[in-house]
Amino acid sequence: MKKHDSAHHSMIRALIERIKTLPVPGEGVTFMEVCGTHTMEIARAGLKKMLPPHIRLTSGPGCPVCVTPISYVDKAIALCREKNCVVTTFGDMFRVPGTASCLERERARGADIRIVYSPIESARVARDNPGKRVVFLSVGFETTTPGIAATILHAGDAEIRNLFFLCANKTVPHAMDALLAGGKAALDGFLCPGHVSAITGSLPYRAIAARHNVPCVVAGFEPIDVVRAIAMLLVQTAEGRHDVEIEYDRVVRPEGNRKARDIAERVFEPADAEWRGIGTIPGSGLRLRGSFACVDAEQVFDLSHVVSREPRGCRCGEILAGAILPPACRLFGKKCTPEHPVGACMVSSEGTCAAYYTYEQ
Amino acid sequence: MDTILLSHGSGGRRTHELIKKIFVRHFANPVIKQLNDAALLAMPAGRIAFTTDAFVIQPLFFPGGDIGKLAVCGTVNDLAVSGAIPRYLAAAFIIEEGLPVETLEKIVRSMAAAGRAAGIPVVAGDTKVVEKGACDKLFITTTGIGVVPQGLRLGIDRIRAGDAVIVTGTIGDHGIAALSARKQLSFSTRLRSDCAPLNRLLQKALAAEPGIRFMRDPTRGGVAMVLNEIVEDRSFGIVIEEDALPVSVGVREASQILGFDPLHIANEGKAVLIVKRREAQTVLRALKQELLGTDAAVVGEVTSRPEGKVIMRTSAGGERIVDMPVGEQLPRIC
Amino acid sequence: MCLAAPMQLINIDGETGTARMNAVRQAVDLSLIESPAVGDYVIVHAGFAIEKLDRKRARQMFRALNTLIERRARHEKA
Repeated sequence: MKKHDSAHHSMIRALIERIKTLPVPGEGVTFMEVCGTHTMEIARAGLKKMLPPHIRLTSGPGCPVCVTPISYVDKAIALCREKNCVVTTFGDMFRVPGTASCLERERARGADIRIVYSPIESARVARDNPGKRVVFLSVGFETTTPGIAATILHAGDAEIRNLFFLCANKTVPHAMDALLAGGKAALDGFLCPGHVSAITGSLPYRAIAARHNVPCVVAGFEPIDVVRAIAMLLVQTAEGRHDVEIEYDRVVRPEGNRKARDIAERVFEPADAEWRGIGTIPGSGLRLRGSFACVDAEQVFDLSHVVSREPRGCRCGEILAGAILPPACRLFGKKCTPEHPVGACMVSSEGTCAAYYTYEQ
Repeated sequence: MDTILLSHGSGGRRTHELIKKIFVRHFANPVIKQLNDAALLAMPAGRIAFTTDAFVIQPLFFPGGDIGKLAVCGTVNDLAVSGAIPRYLAAAFIIEEGLPVETLEKIVRSMAAAGRAAGIPVVAGDTKVVEKGACDKLFITTTGIGVVPQGLRLGIDRIRAGDAVIVTGTIGDHGIAALSARKQLSFSTRLRSDCAPLNRLLQKALAAEPGIRFMRDPTRGGVAMVLNEIVEDRSFGIVIEEDALPVSVGVREASQILGFDPLHIANEGKAVLIVKRREAQTVLRALKQELLGTDAAVVGEVTSRPEGKVIMRTSAGGERIVDMPVGEQLPRIC
Repeated sequence: MCLAAPMQLINIDGETGTARMNAVRQAVDLSLIESPAVGDYVIVHAGFAIEKLDRKRARQMFRALNTLIERRARHEKA
């Protein structure tokens, strides 16, 4: 996108001025974004402080790395210690602490761990290394899952037999529901994740909006998108509406991307999933369908010996639920910093604590 | 001889041949031709600037340069930002057996060219060959020596609130160029590394304004690293303007795709200068007269508050802290 | 979990293609979108085009925002 600097600036300023004129209930409002990319972009642009103080933005469990249980990292570590095994992963997982180690440390110990930008690269690694077993750490939400599914299907078509997947994919709407049902977070609206919604469409949020009486706006990731979405939430609040609207309409259609969903559904089926710090949310995760058992790392490798333990004092769970801010955790900034993270919220580039530490201290 | 063997490092005939045919031939200066145990040099009077650096980059070749050019420029630049006029370089090579001689020769030729561009000869060197696996193809260590003119005083302790922060050109070019050379990523860009010797550019800046407070070259860790190093434990801070940062389109776009921050990406041909505010335009003019300084810009200023921090005024109109990067930037998609 | 970039398709070869921004080109997998055509703008995430970008709507958005700025400027002058 070409940058029209002063125009860009003026647009945001004009929108914020408009926001200031919109009526807001006495105690103010709290809007939650549930996408790690939103957390990062809001922090990178310094948007929070540009908003009037009665409009609060909070971060929910939108970082797929942060919500992945510690046992997943421990299993990944166990896999990279297997003979002739190559572990391929998105960069986000590389420094996440497991119970006793992390992938970065394992690589320093000699494990073959390769960081990839796309799951397709892991198929290439498998094809180029027929003597090795290649495992891809499959994490992500609806944005990423279809691409991983497509990779599994392509690999099958290409008869690649040495590529496996350790899956912890999750879905967003269930988590949002659980957050509100749990009653822990007092929320007045949701900024829904733009690219997750490009796949799912906006319809899945309807049930949430109706059940919990919160307006939902699907937002893009440019600062202008976030500010526009906040304005739309405020307008709904003022008008007493609880609808699902799309700010990011240049990409998101109400019906979403059917083709991508179909591909994902060919490979994955809903399953209960453990969300770190929240617990098990029924139907909020995905697992490989039975016909893909041969690529399921959990079934192909023996991971039963993996024992996991949460770090003491870590309050990632409450942070993820939006119940507390990072400074409320005793470890924040002291025992837990980006250089030596204790929990995933600090190490993940989109983690609430990492964003807070880096941009807002 | 087409491959480097262990015997090339054993000090015997093969070593001697290698040194003459590759190193002496390309570095080609009267000092190295003597093949003494130590180079005997004439040094003008003044304070001596002395630096050493090691280079282990993979891949060895990338758009805009190679490990050899990097070694020369990196060392020259360490001297140049100290205000020194670089005089001599020495280079030690640790070669993994099996490296094609052609590869080594290409790199040495490139080093010689970089040395000539900077006006600095490589006058001494050493060669060792290690077993396969004991090093990754080629490691180069360089040492550089130069002279700082009398009266020149550069230092962080000279910096004051109100000073201007200047960057000599576009940031992040090297890191992205090096990344694009690693085949796995399947993204391509015409971006080339900015690897270049800065001695002549910075000498011009100092000639225009000898009162420059401080200079440093932002290599790994990017501009963010240097700015944070400057303010750490000090009674001043730095504020920069995101819209003022010179960033090439390729770097901006690659950063968007991979989730990188241009402020954290490596450079190999740029310097950060801190100058008195009223001298900023003079320095800027001097920089922009040179090719390497074409995109030089004032990007911010030193402030009395907040102490010890680097803040950026964002394009969106907000503010955020610019921190030191934790480790290497990793392509993230989540 | 949504890091993605808008790019333009310049080449299609079956289910894969090449997309570009102004100075960067990237191989992209097109299996997830319907009827991609050269010239389409797509959102690329982890090497996959996940959806098309509707440029008409993008232009509408900027037009609406520009109107907002103009209105505000007039209001300030008044």
